[in-house]
Amino acid sequence: MLSMRGIGKSFLGVRVLSGIDLDVTAGEVHAVVGENGAGKSTLMKIICGVHAPDEGTIEIDGRPTSFGHPLDAQRSGIAIIYQEFNLLPERTVAENVFLGREPVRRGLVDRTAMEQATERLLDELGEGSFGPREAVKRLSVAQQQVVEIVKALSVNARLVVMDEPSAALAEHEVELLYRLIGRLRERGVAVLYISHRLREVFDLADRVTVLKDGSRVTTHPIGEVTSDELIRLMVGRDLGTYFPPRSSGVGETRLSLRGAGNHKLRGIDLELRSGEIVGVAGLQGSGRSELAKAIFGAEPFTEGEMTPSRPRSVREGVALGIGLVTEDRKAEGLALHQSVRDNALLVARAVGGKDRDGVHDLLERVRLSPPRQDQEVGYLSGGNQQKVVLARWMTMAPRVLLFDEPTRGVDVGAKAAIHDLMRELANDGMAIMMISSELPELIGMSDRIVVLRDGRIAGTLPAGPSEEAIMRLAAAEVVS
Amino acid sequence: MNGIPVAARLREPTQVVFLALLGLIALGWVLVALDGGQFLTMESVVGIQQRSAALGIVAVGQTLAILAGSLDLSVAYLISLTSLVAAEIMAGQDGNIVPAVAAVLALSALVGLVNGLVITRLRVHAFIATLGVALIIRGILDHLYDGPAGKVPESFQVLGYSRIGPVPVSALLWAGVAVVAWFLLSRTRLGYRIYAVGGNEEVARLSGIRTGRIVVLTHVLCSVCAGVAGLLLASRLGAGAPTVGTDGGYDLESIAAVVLGGTALAGGKGGVAGTVGGVLLLAVLDTIFNQLEVNSFVKDVVRGVVIVIAVAVYARRTKGRSA
Repeated sequence: MLSMRGIGKSFLGVRVLSGIDLDVTAGEVHAVVGENGAGKSTLMKIICGVHAPDEGTIEIDGRPTSFGHPLDAQRSGIAIIYQEFNLLPERTVAENVFLGREPVRRGLVDRTAMEQATERLLDELGEGSFGPREAVKRLSVAQQQVVEIVKALSVNARLVVMDEPSAALAEHEVELLYRLIGRLRERGVAVLYISHRLREVFDLADRVTVLKDGSRVTTHPIGEVTSDELIRLMVGRDLGTYFPPRSSGVGETRLSLRGAGNHKLRGIDLELRSGEIVGVAGLQGSGRSELAKAIFGAEPFTEGEMTPSRPRSVREGVALGIGLVTEDRKAEGLALHQSVRDNALLVARAVGGKDRDGVHDLLERVRLSPPRQDQEVGYLSGGNQQKVVLARWMTMAPRVLLFDEPTRGVDVGAKAAIHDLMRELANDGMAIMMISSELPELIGMSDRIVVLRDGRIAGTLPAGPSEEAIMRLAAAEVVS
Repeated sequence: MNGIPVAARLREPTQVVFLALLGLIALGWVLVALDGGQFLTMESVVGIQQRSAALGIVAVGQTLAILAGSLDLSVAYLISLTSLVAAEIMAGQDGNIVPAVAAVLALSALVGLVNGLVITRLRVHAFIATLGVALIIRGILDHLYDGPAGKVPESFQVLGYSRIGPVPVSALLWAGVAVVAWFLLSRTRLGYRIYAVGGNEEVARLSGIRTGRIVVLTHVLCSVCAGVAGLLLASRLGAGAPTVGTDGGYDLESIAAVVLGGTALAGGKGGVAGTVGGVLLLAVLDTIFNQLEVNSFVKDVVRGVVIVIAVAVYARRTKGRSA
């Protein structure tokens, strides 16, 4: 029913998709797989009318179509279920399902019709655990997903696009998702299933399309590929980029975890040692950022041991000499309207560290260019912003520094500078943990790679593993 | 997952505010009795109703704006302006009542339209937009009026002073406005969309709701409510007065009543019933203090404390649920 030809898209001159062909037929579950940054999300947003493609054509049932707005796509029978649900928590299930399309009788909203229609769709999906009058805020994540699917069915969607639908679900809830997708298929609804969990792809999909670096690698009926082949298709490019040489000496243990866990993590055993960069790999939702936040004390561990001690708050984490360079610089890292100096001194002022006059030296050390202190941080490039965050932590001479996606949204030159700095800090004796979803970066930088899956450590790999080895641990491929 | 415990239901803000109201009435009874007086005499009940009516009408309008994620700081000056417009056009003549009322409603709808358009088209935050409009109206009032003006005919004063049995006409007007607003919110598409826009504008937009239009409409309705309150106050004063709105503190007081009634200041959650409770709570509090003849400064302190505690209680409930 959906046919895309030669779809291309660039953002700010950076090409994210080129020449994508994709066909989806009625009643088919079509999986789209690829590494982070392969272009899956952009492709999906084009299908759903959030972005307009720069080139290429989209046909629905043989008719050329262009979507200016998500509503256009909706009217053509395409519904999307985002990772972040589009639901109003304060309203009931039925109110959410019919949002913007409430049935009216004699000028008034027909609650009964609305609730009955919702009930009927819930029944069809075999969902009996909640009713149409329940407030959405009282539902579990899995149940909210059901509401999204009911919403899609109520607009008679013929293609449902699901973006990493299992990412937020617990193990037993994934079963429910499988059942729902089965029902959709029975009704002749096509499902575009975006995931990098290969097990799900093999369980659910009829066909699979592999994306890599913004291009389509191949489309195969699921029976014709093995998970090893898929992994090879998804990864496997030459690294080509420069990374600083690894350190020779690993020193004393700075921090160690024994059976540590909280609501997102379980049984984490990990040692961070002076002079070493430990890479952390894992899919979205595997608990990567949560691990950093737990060590740092922002979302503390609630069980297990951590030496020297388990921080219960950020303040305690900082007192232990732990720093965290967060994933989302703009939301969690910087006060964008304040100066470089104010941002760099944030930690020093909070914990009363010394050496406030050393800011200039630090900014030079992190190679901020130009090292001006009065500039508003919001005007700096992504790379320079990251350097300011780094300088901030260096004011307190941390023993352990955690990086969450240190080079996301940073240009190539600044990337190399940040990599050099990280290695320099490690060589000076700091213990470093780096989370990254860019496999080349992980492989190039890490002295050891810990792979997380579903909140647990799935395995640890020595320096310089293959991308396949990491993906195999992270993606929980089909077992036997 | 299906059965919500009764206790949890009971702690929805609307129930909280009415429970608090009952508690306060009981407390007032005891305090006034200890003081040797009698609480809730016919006289004081009528007093509560009359005191509440104008604020109640404004607060119902304010509820609509706040539910849509906005708010209106211009209501107090608009009340003054409309009281003057009403009294000047009526000029003591019975025959002028209808045109005066029509003019007031049209003028307030226009002010609401301006508020709404400045917020949605010029993308000015509601706080600043309505503050700006409030200052503009104040400038006009200061320029044109030094004191009360116009005259309301006696037949129109029925609105402010008459009673049907124990129920003042003004209280009936308030009840009518509240019922209409409740009906609008719970039974019409517009109401559903107001909740959606206030709950999450992006979700509403992606559901095909023209969010700007909804915000403008709530502002028109909110200002019309203020205009009705202006009519009521003019009928009570017998004339229009340039300070009647600000003296009553209708801007902040109406917002306080809405929030006290459990409507989230961020929008999308709450309703008219809570607001009615909030207004009555404030009025009963007033009555108790008046009967006990307590210093008015103490009264303000207690009101402030009550509002802050109420919002803290609601915040706690919300947090407890999401954790």
